[in-house]
Amino acid sequence: MGVEGIGARVARKEDKRFLTGKGRYTDDMVVPGMKYAAFVRSPHAHATIRSIDVASAKAMPGVIDVLDGKQLLADGIGNLICGWMIHSKDGSPMRMGAWRPLADKTVRYVGDAVAIVVADSVAEARDAAEAVVIDYETLPVVTDLVEALGEGQPQIHPEAPGNLIFDWEIGDAGATDQAIAAAAHVTELKIVNNRLSPNAMEPRATLGIYDAGDDHFTCYTTSQNPHLARLVMSAFYNVAPENKLRVIAPDVGGGFGSKIFIYPEEIVCLWASKRTGVPVKWTADRTEAFLTDAHGRDHVSTVKMAFDSSNRITALKVDTIANLGAYMSLFSSCVPTYLYATLLSGQYAIPAIHANVRTVYTNTAPVDAYRGAGRPEATYLLERTMETAARELGLSPAELRRINFIRSFPHQTPVIMNYDAGDYEASLTAAMKTVDWDGFAARKAEAEGRGMKRGIGMSCYIEACGLAPSAAVGSLGAGVGLWESAEVRVNAVGTIEVMTGSHSHGQGHETTFAQVVAERFGVPIDSVNIVHGDTDKVQMGMGTYGSRSGAVGMSAVFKALDKVEAKAKKIAAHLMEADESDIVIENGALKVAGTDREVPWSQVALASYTAHNLPPGMEPGLKEGAFYDPSNFTFPAGCYICEVEVDPETGQTKIVQFVAADDFGNIINPLIVEGQVHGGLAQGIGQALLEGVHYDKSGQLLTASYMDYAMPRADDLPSFKVTTSNTPCPSNPLGVKGCGEAGAIGSPPALINAITDAIGNNELTMPATPQKVWAAARAIS
Amino acid sequence: MAKITMTVNGRQVSGTCDDRTLLVHFIRENLGLTGTHVGCDTTQCGACVVHIDGQSVKSCSILAAQAAGSSVTTIEGLASNGELHPVQAAFKTHHGLQCGFCTPGMVMAAVDMIRRHGSSLDEATVRTELEGNICRCTGYHNIVQAILAAAAETGGVRQAAE
Repeated sequence: MGVEGIGARVARKEDKRFLTGKGRYTDDMVVPGMKYAAFVRSPHAHATIRSIDVASAKAMPGVIDVLDGKQLLADGIGNLICGWMIHSKDGSPMRMGAWRPLADKTVRYVGDAVAIVVADSVAEARDAAEAVVIDYETLPVVTDLVEALGEGQPQIHPEAPGNLIFDWEIGDAGATDQAIAAAAHVTELKIVNNRLSPNAMEPRATLGIYDAGDDHFTCYTTSQNPHLARLVMSAFYNVAPENKLRVIAPDVGGGFGSKIFIYPEEIVCLWASKRTGVPVKWTADRTEAFLTDAHGRDHVSTVKMAFDSSNRITALKVDTIANLGAYMSLFSSCVPTYLYATLLSGQYAIPAIHANVRTVYTNTAPVDAYRGAGRPEATYLLERTMETAARELGLSPAELRRINFIRSFPHQTPVIMNYDAGDYEASLTAAMKTVDWDGFAARKAEAEGRGMKRGIGMSCYIEACGLAPSAAVGSLGAGVGLWESAEVRVNAVGTIEVMTGSHSHGQGHETTFAQVVAERFGVPIDSVNIVHGDTDKVQMGMGTYGSRSGAVGMSAVFKALDKVEAKAKKIAAHLMEADESDIVIENGALKVAGTDREVPWSQVALASYTAHNLPPGMEPGLKEGAFYDPSNFTFPAGCYICEVEVDPETGQTKIVQFVAADDFGNIINPLIVEGQVHGGLAQGIGQALLEGVHYDKSGQLLTASYMDYAMPRADDLPSFKVTTSNTPCPSNPLGVKGCGEAGAIGSPPALINAITDAIGNNELTMPATPQKVWAAARAIS
Repeated sequence: MAKITMTVNGRQVSGTCDDRTLLVHFIRENLGLTGTHVGCDTTQCGACVVHIDGQSVKSCSILAAQAAGSSVTTIEGLASNGELHPVQAAFKTHHGLQCGFCTPGMVMAAVDMIRRHGSSLDEATVRTELEGNICRCTGYHNIVQAILAAAAETGGVRQAAE
């Protein structure tokens, strides 16, 4: 590794602009003639729209126009869609209800967009939105996922009788039931995975610009995948053909999944720009973000885990209900199925697994991928169950896991995944050593003396990242391929531009992708620019989610670098009259191996463009592109251990230690990897201790601001102890697995296992607020 | 409408805005200084922190008209002659930022925190005082490290000078 190459702890190139206020986010964009939008949103969770009266709103100061769903429909703008087809176990396709970008007949959750106001200022647009008079006829409401499936509940979409979207299964039910019947011990548990709000700090925003001269649209948007946004808006929503639609996702202030999806506002602002003849910008306020950003999690499950007399797991049976909210968001169907149930084998050799998943409509915001997306739900279920089983079987939690670890690879699970590499024992050992597991008993005794209850809990997670082999996901219902593209352009002076379809919204691609180039050519990272987030600059890409940018995006760069290197070596060999197989690249020069003959990288670049002396038949220029389609998922895994101290008088939980021992494969930049883990841990700890979305019975969102939704603050969290023990990923050229979601996946069960250990009561749901912990501790004493 | 004059980053500026305009919107829209961000509606997130007459203030919690006549420093005014302020530099060295959206408010709050506590700043105090700044990316770990490092560096320098 060079000082700036793969593995180097390099400070980020992009930091300067963010630290000096020069970041450029969507809401920072200003174009001539730009006006501002406010959306009129439903205050009811379920209602029919009898009439919309915009007369007084249109007469308000500064108002340019007020547009509604009937006009949108008349202009041929299509329904929002879910892009992953799931079939129920009876073979029928999922029952997707219509989602209009502006509701024209029925509203189905509080915040459903009904009309858009365009005005000279944000304040005037909001004033006028208040003046739009909508006559609603309210309908009965259901917000709870279990209730929604019950008899006599409100019917949310005519397409989905009984609010059931699909009833899906995976695995072998017969073998699983047999193993459970024959088991020496069965651990049974009900698991609730609480509903969360993603809360990227930058609220969603969009700027739609219609150019009547060219009949062309430009969309600035807070997206994790601008190319996918362009594809979907063109192919399904009829906004504009792809060649007439440019999507730009400039600096984006965090995503965590919530900015993968194409929301109504992008579509409506583009359409409104054409209707009004002015560029239209909309920026969500935080309450709109709580109301309308796709939420995460919200599962209720029952689990049975069977053991033989040697404490080996013989079977796992899971029944899950997942709430998808009022409409099926873009990837909502794959989250509780292929991103969830395929990970139910965890780190363990389990011969038989069966999972049944029912998804339901409710009168709540759409639910889709949120950091981890399905894998946190699988991990929480499995690791709470393992901990519970260890307690029931009288084994230490580490011992039960060790007995059941997968120890040889590749390993085919009963639920599709083929694990390619890992060393779960190494992560477990590293975590136990770092936390000083052996010293816990003494620390517990010391705490007891102060009247405090100490507990320790672990979680051994695995996730499938590097989404994903296109043919495999296609066979499972995905509407798109999940490859990635890259183009490496070497300039005539030797500096390099890399166009990538990955998108950075905090992950540091401008640094880490440059490190991959620096490693290859020995050039400084400052001479490498990473270009992303603009469909006019980058031909195509699938974006950033599912910890895929390293494993898939960088692998595409790697492939393009292979081609650039091959051509550069041909040119160098020609210039030095050497054999191309003798050319090596060292310290920014192309050398004839074993001699002192060399040409600098910049000279090879220049030669490729002057084209005065190229090998016969070679095209001028030094620019190559590549598409990389992974051959397998990647499988980051690790062990997290949490030690807590609970005050039995108040129920307050203090995290004394939190240790993360991860296996991410090869690491490009440890500084950035650690940062990703810290952030994921905070989100997982937030889920376990603080966060929860709550609707009341009428469908009003009770947690719609930072005064009501408990975001983790600095003083809620400890400093983390993170370590890695890595096994390279065999399926991609860089050997990387991905690190973006691990923290959020592995941490919630470790924390709840620790708290339940401390209080001696296993009955505890997330978030483990002081009130809940206090009650649970008292119930046992 | 209010006609407002104030000093921003050392320059006198004037502008006209609605009486109800918040300082943050005056800074972003009238002055085009978009480094100061808006992340919530309820004065919780701290992405909008600026300095008014040397003290950190959430610029969403004050009307622009109330800041008339004041000296305001925004994130754009912190670096001098192209050199990062020590707190900015520490955030970079310690990877105290990811998406960068909360960063301007974090840095401005940290500068004021260090001004008040100097090199005696400890982790517990940093975490308590960051109560009003929310970050969703970093888990605060590296922000805390960066602030402690900057405090040690700049506080140490100040002590040496005294």
